[in-house]
Amino acid sequence: MYPASFEYVSPKSLDEALSFLESHSDSSKVLAGGHSLIPLMKLRVVRPAYVIDIAKIPGLSYIKEEADEIRIGALTTYYEIETSDIVKRYLQALAEGVSQVADPQVRNWGTLGGSLCHCDPAGDAGSCVLALRGRMVVQSKSGKRVIESDEWFVDTFQSALKPNEILTEIVFPKIKGKNAGAYLKLERRAGDYAIAAVAVQISLDSSGVCSYAGIGLTAVGNTNLRAKKAEQTILGKTLDDKVIEEAAQAASEECKPVDDPLRGSAEYKRAMVKVLTKRALKRALERAKGGV
Amino acid sequence: MEAQKLQKKVSVSIKINGKVYTADVEPRLLLVHFIRDVAGLTGTHIGCDTSNCGACTVLLNGKSLKSCTMFAVQANGAEILTIEGLAKDGELHPIQKAFWENHGLQCGYCTPGMIMQAYWLLQNNPNPTEEDVRKGISGNLCRCTGYQNIVKSILAAAKEMRGR
Amino acid sequence: MLRKEDPRLVTGTGSFTADIKLPGMVYVRFVRSPYAHAKIKSIDTSKAKALKGVVAVFIAKDVKLNPVPTAWTIPNADLKIPKYYPLAVDKVRYVGDPVAVVVAEDPYTARDAAELVEVEYEPLPAVVEQEEAVKPGAPQLYDEVPNNVAFTWRLSGGNVDAAFASADVVVKHKFVNQRLQPTAMETRAVVAEYNASTDSYTVWITSQNPHVHRLLFSAILGVPEHKLRVIAPDVGGGFGSKITVYGDEALVVYLSKLVRKPVYWWEERSENYHSSTHGRDHVEYVELAAKSDGTITGLRVKVYANLGAYLSTAAPGVPTYLFALMLSGCYKIPNIQAEVVGVLTNTSPVDAYRGAGRPEASYLLERMVDLLSRRLGKDPVEIRLKNFIQKDEMPYTVATGLTYDSGDYAAALKKALEIVGYEKLREEQKRRRNAEKLLGIGISSYIEVCGLGPSKAVRGTGFGLGLWESATVRMHPSGKVSVYTGSSPHGQGEETTFAQIVSYELGVPVEDVEIIHGDTAMIPFGMGTYGSRTTPVGGGAIALACRELVAKGAKIAAHLLDTRVENVVFDAGRGAYLVRDNPQRSVSIQEVAIASYQADRLPPGVEPGFEATKFYDPENFVFPYGTHICVVEVDAQTGQVEIKRYVAVDDCGVHINPMLVEGQVHGGVVQGLGQAMLEHSVYDKSGTLITASLNEYAIPTSVESPKIESHFIYTPSPHNPLGVKGVGETGTIASAQAYVNAVVDALSHLGVQDIQMPLTPERVWRAIHRS
Repeated sequence: MYPASFEYVSPKSLDEALSFLESHSDSSKVLAGGHSLIPLMKLRVVRPAYVIDIAKIPGLSYIKEEADEIRIGALTTYYEIETSDIVKRYLQALAEGVSQVADPQVRNWGTLGGSLCHCDPAGDAGSCVLALRGRMVVQSKSGKRVIESDEWFVDTFQSALKPNEILTEIVFPKIKGKNAGAYLKLERRAGDYAIAAVAVQISLDSSGVCSYAGIGLTAVGNTNLRAKKAEQTILGKTLDDKVIEEAAQAASEECKPVDDPLRGSAEYKRAMVKVLTKRALKRALERAKGGV
Repeated sequence: MEAQKLQKKVSVSIKINGKVYTADVEPRLLLVHFIRDVAGLTGTHIGCDTSNCGACTVLLNGKSLKSCTMFAVQANGAEILTIEGLAKDGELHPIQKAFWENHGLQCGYCTPGMIMQAYWLLQNNPNPTEEDVRKGISGNLCRCTGYQNIVKSILAAAKEMRGR
Repeated sequence: MLRKEDPRLVTGTGSFTADIKLPGMVYVRFVRSPYAHAKIKSIDTSKAKALKGVVAVFIAKDVKLNPVPTAWTIPNADLKIPKYYPLAVDKVRYVGDPVAVVVAEDPYTARDAAELVEVEYEPLPAVVEQEEAVKPGAPQLYDEVPNNVAFTWRLSGGNVDAAFASADVVVKHKFVNQRLQPTAMETRAVVAEYNASTDSYTVWITSQNPHVHRLLFSAILGVPEHKLRVIAPDVGGGFGSKITVYGDEALVVYLSKLVRKPVYWWEERSENYHSSTHGRDHVEYVELAAKSDGTITGLRVKVYANLGAYLSTAAPGVPTYLFALMLSGCYKIPNIQAEVVGVLTNTSPVDAYRGAGRPEASYLLERMVDLLSRRLGKDPVEIRLKNFIQKDEMPYTVATGLTYDSGDYAAALKKALEIVGYEKLREEQKRRRNAEKLLGIGISSYIEVCGLGPSKAVRGTGFGLGLWESATVRMHPSGKVSVYTGSSPHGQGEETTFAQIVSYELGVPVEDVEIIHGDTAMIPFGMGTYGSRTTPVGGGAIALACRELVAKGAKIAAHLLDTRVENVVFDAGRGAYLVRDNPQRSVSIQEVAIASYQADRLPPGVEPGFEATKFYDPENFVFPYGTHICVVEVDAQTGQVEIKRYVAVDDCGVHINPMLVEGQVHGGVVQGLGQAMLEHSVYDKSGTLITASLNEYAIPTSVESPKIESHFIYTPSPHNPLGVKGVGETGTIASAQAYVNAVVDALSHLGVQDIQMPLTPERVWRAIHRS
């Protein structure tokens, strides 16, 4: 309940934050929404000497639609994302995914950037970002770089972010065609971490063929996973029951679940990836065709 | 980086229910402890240590927050509304009245957080369905009521507030 | 009638123990064992003591305290009560066992200091499961408890061997009624202040029974009982876990004298999950004997009850008397035998948890009835109706020795079936037997024993004191009434219910009645709130005290009205005494009250003052009962279950406040469903509690909790002064098996017989795929 002592740093600009981080990277933690970091600090699992509060730095919270991409500031909250018309229209998997994170209070404060940096394999946002091919823009004193989502998720609680870097923005390509997404989450009770969850984003071209396929998997690996084989199974095809079944089967074979005394066996989670992928693809297909 | 940013204690001023409370606090002091122990407003309760139960829910700058999951120093300059700030001139807020009239509480421990979350929910969605309400309070745990009368209370409050 | 408690609770101006602030208060933190079983080799507190802001650090040898008493010493069970001290002396026996205590100027510093206490442990092998713990060669917790068997208790009625020998069908099953964590939203807390000039203590504590805490603190501390004032302020739920008198609580009281400052201790949730008592944890081997027409002839039960690392306050009585006495259920089962082995293990202590023994009994009975009906190919409704005790057979003494006083079990079942539309549901179920979403109907016809309890019977079971309840009803000269009750409500609403009783009996407005509870300095000795006794027994005492007061008032009224007392009648509706044959001549009860204090116009033999004190010892328990029906939809592909309908038909006698009665049904049902759907205290092999926070231990949220259709039958209890039965635990006693019966019913066409609670989606899925 009671964190260990730390010094509180409240930089007024990104530059100030990056300067402090540069010289204190091994003894600092960056604080955004705090809903992953502070629980860890209260358990004393994490005990940084310095906490750098970036939540008040202006210009890091936005959802912008551009010609070919959607840009979301790292400090944008789950609530802002789930209620955004832009996100619902172009990044439906993400809208639906973040709406199922934890509970309303957590969603008021937790940020997309925070979730991605925390890199919990059971984090819902990460699978959606994989399915949507999000690119992470990170900054340090030395400059800016962009990390593809396929490279972002390194290991459990370990992203590709370097200790002296801050994630500032996530950029999503605007998907052409009739695009829709879905996020189906199997949980013990409302607000729990997933037993297994699947993020799906697809797009249909003018002839009804699948021109975009993004499938992300939650809680069935050492990180969020992209079900690449499953994506390949449906890309360029008409989505009928047979193709969907094959994709679901592929996803269940690609995932790497482990036994968990509380949330279930690897065998069950694998079987559920198949069921959820099938159902999510069907739902996304319905939505892409104009249904709900 | 100025040396004063690295001092042990930090001065914070937080407005709670319209009154400003100023104190020098350790950065690690949780906001809920500032509210209860520094401001002396013990209506906001603590029911867990892992940000699950929601008993500590308050509004900060208009957004509902589990106050155990923020440091007081982060709330410097913010405006907070707690359960003690709802009733005006001795008159209960419609949500408080609805909980009373519909037996929406038994032991009362989860109640302040539940009411504050309902307050935020109804600001955002003045005409919720029962499902909206159940999802809207899914971050507030109650062990006594089975939630049925809490949902009834919130729907009754919504109706009364829409009528005003 | 709306609750008197609510204005303070909805405005956040209630006073819970953790809200109390005393000048100069210091903060207590326990250092608790991370090992389930270990020898303590050394403890070094020097670093902790040196930390700025630390007032003191103590270990066992610094504090002179007696062992923590077990207050329910069941007879004829070879009971062995191990010595368990507030601070571990040479050994720790469960993760969470306190080994040292820190006192500091603020709770953050106390937490820092606790980390600096260096304890050297020599880990020992641990045993967490009860059947493992009784095996030869298992780790032994105490030298004085061989094979970790704290007791072996038996109950027998009729001739079970003969019944099984002549049975047409025998159904056998093993049940695990899994361990649960009560999870009151308020964790435990103690604030204590020592007064050196009077050598006495004032203690605020999250207790369901302040006098019981006072009595047992007196034993642990070696302090005279009357030197302890124990106050339960607003208490945020208990569900049995705050009946227990804990060693850590006693130690906090003791610390107030050691450090000569007011002390404050608040239990973090993780601490609560480790060291507040858990519930249930039975392994049950059950056999049912029956005729081929469905008549049940015998029941045999062998239970291994996991009691945890020491015998908690009421622990021995819960899996024995409170469980086995109800093994007849609503049925005529002429031959019943139970054997219960109480086992100590390296886990948290187990004690009463909502229902306390009765949920365990009704769960196994209602599941066995369903298993029997499947075996015989009959409808579970038919088996129940065939075996029910009938209304006109009351009072009925069952084979376990209890005498049920009243009830119509068949009526409750029939009403529930009608409300839920049983026939139509069965038809729909047939239509959907191969659908993706399967339909299931689960029936639970329960009965329970509560309103604890008649002292002779209770003492016969080895309970430390009688289970009467006290009440003083005092009308002040101004006509207002104060009631001092030994009951200790913590959410149940008796500040309101009791005021209603007084209003009804004395004819005074509810607003003029105040109910004082929880403070041992203000109330007569009271036994507290648990076992659904507060309204039947606590309320009964109040009703009797009111009636005694009315009788005294009649004598005074007769004198004032210049007539004989036989001529005077009290009209509660008017709140006045009337002359029987001349009702215009009357005197109000308030006038009588004033006269009693003025004392110059009292009849001979009548003392001044207008109050009455009653200690009500009920002549019997009360037996609420009912039928709950749960309708579920099972997603055959994922194993997820959705409750489509939940119908509750309950008979708890007279309702003083119907709104509050229904609230108890809601809350009780959802807690039972929590066990069936979600909850389980999980230990790993080394004795580490995995479900140590609300992230891991899943209790129902608003989303999983169903809408409950609550209906009632009203059969007044014939012996209770108000006709009231209890209702605080009935929901929990009914609901778990209603849910499980429903899910098993949904899958019965696949040959599924049973699924272990909690019915996680995976367990349901496996049941489907195994078949």
